[in-house]
Amino acid sequence: MSVNLTLLLMMGVLYAVGIYLILERSMTRVLLGLMLLANATNLLLLATGGYAGLAPIFNKDIPATEYNDPLPQAFILTSIVISFAVTAFMLSLIYRSWLLSRADQIQDDREDRRVASQDLFDAEEDSEIAIETSDFHEPVQSKDERLVPLKRTARRKPEQEPKP
Amino acid sequence: MLIVLCAHFIVAIFAPILFTRLGRAAFYVLAAVPAASFVWLLAQYGNVYSPTGMNPSLDIRWIPTLELNLTFVLDELSWLMSLLVLGIGALVLAYCARYFKTDDAGLGGFGAQLLAFAGVMFGLVTADNLILLFVFWELTTVLSYLLIGYARTRIAARRAALQALIVTTFGGLAMLVGLIMVGESAGTYSISEVLAKAPELVAAAGKPGTVVDVGIFLILIGAVAKSALLPFHFWLPGAMAAPTPVSAYLHAAAMVKAGIYLVARLAPGFSGTDYWQLTIMILGLSTMLLGAWRALLQHDLKLILAYGTVSQLGFIMVIVGLGSREAALAGIAMVLAHGLFKATLFLVVGIIDHQSGTRDIRQLSGVFRSAPKLGVVALIGAASMAGLPPLAGFVAKESVFTAFVANANYGPAGTLLGTVVLAGMVLGSILTFAYSARFFWGGFGRKPDASGLLTPTPFKRVDWLFLGAPALLAALTVAYGMFPWIVETWITPYSAQFSQYSQEGMHLVLWHGFTVPLALSAAVVAAGLGLFFLRERVEALQRKIPGVLDFERLYRQLVVALDRVAIWVTGRTQRGSLFFYLAVILATAIASIGAVLLATEQEWTGQRYFLDGGSPFQMVAGAVIVVGAIAAARANKRFMAVLMVSVTGYGVALIFALQGAPDLALTQMLVETIVLVAFVLAMRSLPARLPARTPGNHKVVRIILGVTFGGAMVMAAIVSMGSRIAEPVSLALPALAYSGGGGLNVVNVTLVDIRAWDTFGEISVLAIAATGVASLIFVRGRGQSLARAETVATGSVGRIDGAAVPAGPAVELAKRFAVTPGNPWLVAGRTLAPEQRSIIIEVVARLVFHSIIVLSIYLLLAGHNGTGGGFAGGLVAGLALTIRYLAGGRFELAEATRISAGTLLGLGLALAAVTGMIPLLFGGEVFQSTIFSFDLPLFGHVKFVSSTLFDIGVYLVVVGLVIDVLRSLGSEIDQHQEDGIGAITLIEDDEPLEVVR
Repeated sequence: MSVNLTLLLMMGVLYAVGIYLILERSMTRVLLGLMLLANATNLLLLATGGYAGLAPIFNKDIPATEYNDPLPQAFILTSIVISFAVTAFMLSLIYRSWLLSRADQIQDDREDRRVASQDLFDAEEDSEIAIETSDFHEPVQSKDERLVPLKRTARRKPEQEPKP
Repeated sequence: MLIVLCAHFIVAIFAPILFTRLGRAAFYVLAAVPAASFVWLLAQYGNVYSPTGMNPSLDIRWIPTLELNLTFVLDELSWLMSLLVLGIGALVLAYCARYFKTDDAGLGGFGAQLLAFAGVMFGLVTADNLILLFVFWELTTVLSYLLIGYARTRIAARRAALQALIVTTFGGLAMLVGLIMVGESAGTYSISEVLAKAPELVAAAGKPGTVVDVGIFLILIGAVAKSALLPFHFWLPGAMAAPTPVSAYLHAAAMVKAGIYLVARLAPGFSGTDYWQLTIMILGLSTMLLGAWRALLQHDLKLILAYGTVSQLGFIMVIVGLGSREAALAGIAMVLAHGLFKATLFLVVGIIDHQSGTRDIRQLSGVFRSAPKLGVVALIGAASMAGLPPLAGFVAKESVFTAFVANANYGPAGTLLGTVVLAGMVLGSILTFAYSARFFWGGFGRKPDASGLLTPTPFKRVDWLFLGAPALLAALTVAYGMFPWIVETWITPYSAQFSQYSQEGMHLVLWHGFTVPLALSAAVVAAGLGLFFLRERVEALQRKIPGVLDFERLYRQLVVALDRVAIWVTGRTQRGSLFFYLAVILATAIASIGAVLLATEQEWTGQRYFLDGGSPFQMVAGAVIVVGAIAAARANKRFMAVLMVSVTGYGVALIFALQGAPDLALTQMLVETIVLVAFVLAMRSLPARLPARTPGNHKVVRIILGVTFGGAMVMAAIVSMGSRIAEPVSLALPALAYSGGGGLNVVNVTLVDIRAWDTFGEISVLAIAATGVASLIFVRGRGQSLARAETVATGSVGRIDGAAVPAGPAVELAKRFAVTPGNPWLVAGRTLAPEQRSIIIEVVARLVFHSIIVLSIYLLLAGHNGTGGGFAGGLVAGLALTIRYLAGGRFELAEATRISAGTLLGLGLALAAVTGMIPLLFGGEVFQSTIFSFDLPLFGHVKFVSSTLFDIGVYLVVVGLVIDVLRSLGSEIDQHQEDGIGAITLIEDDEPLEVVR
């Protein structure tokens, strides 16, 4: 099968720029990157249809090879409308995020950082506890039984967001 | 059999209800289940021991392809184990009714678990399928976890439960691998068939033989972990955090015997495999000695018993695993004897704890005098444990010595090894005698306290109901000792599977005559007494010898190391940075594409070209796209970047048009337009400038990733398309579309007919996304409560507080325009503040709206044969509504769309779904099209295809989506701006997020 390099080069540029944009912190740029990636993918699908041809409106006098391939076209049509829906959803996300935090930024997940920097000591796993010699103790914690307090690492200050 | 099994689980399910009704007396109801089962079991004696050899069995096909069937067989070994499981289960449950208080928390769940445990154990010992056995095996693990952790509020209980769970599950996993290895080599998972095939399996030379050897070794690991042998023994003393009845049942009579049972079950076939004797002899003997040694150091009565159990389990494992007829008889005799006396003793400890509030032997004193009946019961149990006549323990231990003397004399391992094992057992028995004496003396003896006084510990009276269970067990211990031949007849069918070592054979009797075993027993008693009387010196000596190997500490260190690795890995991989994740994913994608490209030699037949003769202007569009994309990446202003992305979008639409895809071009143009409007609406309150770029030198990484990814995609496309040689499947589509789908537009027929499932999925996604948009902006509801325009004051909408109202002729004109009667170009145009209005747009909107709607309907209906379709039509209608909104504000939109977007989405989906289903009624397939041809006056010949209805569904969904977007990103954000939801306090770290209105 023949390969249309022009289409593929366009696709390559759109992919490159799209990737460049989704690696940004700004949510708007990420969304724009996603739109470019969608366009790039549509071009890829289009390229699989081969040479430009007639619009696939059936006419029994025209052989099937004369049309541009209708199957990728159907895929692309689906893709265009879904991209629209996703874009609208992302726009609402951006607005909501702006409303709540005044930031158009993808922030690092602080909880993930906290997990990574947590203490090895776990109160339930690792503290020493007294041996009990009866099932019938009152459920009052004796002095020995009290947990060794958890050594807390100083909580990090939240990263400063650049003020818009 | 099935009834017995199911009764346990069904009653267990309803146990919590029983407990709320009856309080702790419900334990008696629960105990009735295993008790009745026990009676059934006794009634089965005739069947199990019938000379015809047909055992009661049950076989339900479950997953035959996996050879996983609910197969149960009650043979002699199962029957004996079931005696213990059901009998002691019933007694322990009855005992619980006095042990617990009615108001103890979680008693219902506890009772249910304990009863279910009895059922599971019964299943375990009767299962005749390796995988089924494993299922029950793990069920006992899970239930034991819950039962040990009964005192949820105590950290010791939770920790012990988890430790037992982890250790036994580890063994269970090894066992599962072993079971599968054995099952696969045997070609069957039925235990009886595997055992029947065992001789040839074991004898098989080379690989199959080795697989079986290793598989059996892995199964032994499971058994060893479950039965708390070295090096897994530590979980059992830890599990003493469980309530004492649980310890009596799980950790003496039932669960820990599962490992013994498995060894006993497999011994007839596999005791000759390579690792069997070595594993069992070494681990069993060392466990016996270590457990007994530790038991002598304990002060908690329960821990003495726990370490004693560890020791005894090692002991029994050695006997059962030996594989001679004498040892098999002695082993099972010991299992029964041990079950009886250890359960007795645990229940006695429970009573002591319950009546005096402690189990510490340094605090207990004079209990025998306070509770002589309890003392007698305990004495019987302890004496049986020590191996004194005329009790069960003595008979069993005598037979063990006989079996191992025979082993030393005639066994295959030789005299030396046999004697070493025998010596180890005698030493273990001496220690056993000593800790048995320590137990009885510690629990019941009179001891001077710190001031030298013999003050008896306060002890409440024990009622007979409480004492009943241990007393009955003690009576059975005596009966067993007096009539051992009954027990022997029970065991003989099992032990007959093994070859006999000595000529004269062996029997379970109280009096053997003056033999070597009797001498050994006498020596054990003498040395044990010596150890007991010298207990203080022995203990001091013991404390001087440091613990050589502390497996519990090793386990803890292992867990800590695991924690450390987990935190390290989490810290390295879960950075919380989207950039990092994406970079890793993309780099992986690039590397895998690159590796495939490099590793495979491609040979393609197609040609490559830059210029497509059919579409020379493609180059121009391409240039526009490239410029637009690069400008979008470089733009610093928000709307500039958005516009540049739109430019690429329109460029792509142009390419579609040039390529011969008018439907795509049309749809893409419409979508680009609506998206542009949506962008402007959503982003109007965000700052004009995009935030500063990501700091640091990520930029280089991003460029490299972007360029290499783009390059990789280009190369992958060139290679894969170039090497394609088959004709496109779509060559058949045009003719199919006409004949089957009844339409000329192949793309549209593909969407609504050939690939209608796909489209149906897609419109579902649209409905979900639309709902998502509305939810994110409105948070509550879908915003259908907007008032009618007539209730809104003229010129009130769109005034922004504090903003200077611009003056000038245009505004003046707009004000006049608004109050002039008789020219309502738009229904709600007057509601807008004058400075927000544009007369030209209002007039134009008025003029074009209906035309556009008509156009959209035309596109919808014509789409089947020409350019258009539900998507394009819906988008055009959405565009018309967008114009109304832009011209007349949110009340105009509300007037234009009195129907809820949700209703439209639902209607559209329902229409599409119903259209898809209707052909089923006429024997067709889902989404099959029907063509109706008929003549109408005026219209002439009409050809109607049922898939048009589906397309109308698509149309409705798209319109619903656009309305949701306009209402959310348009109307609601208007409202926010007028309400001044710009003033948001910056949110502190831990406070809940709240919008200040």
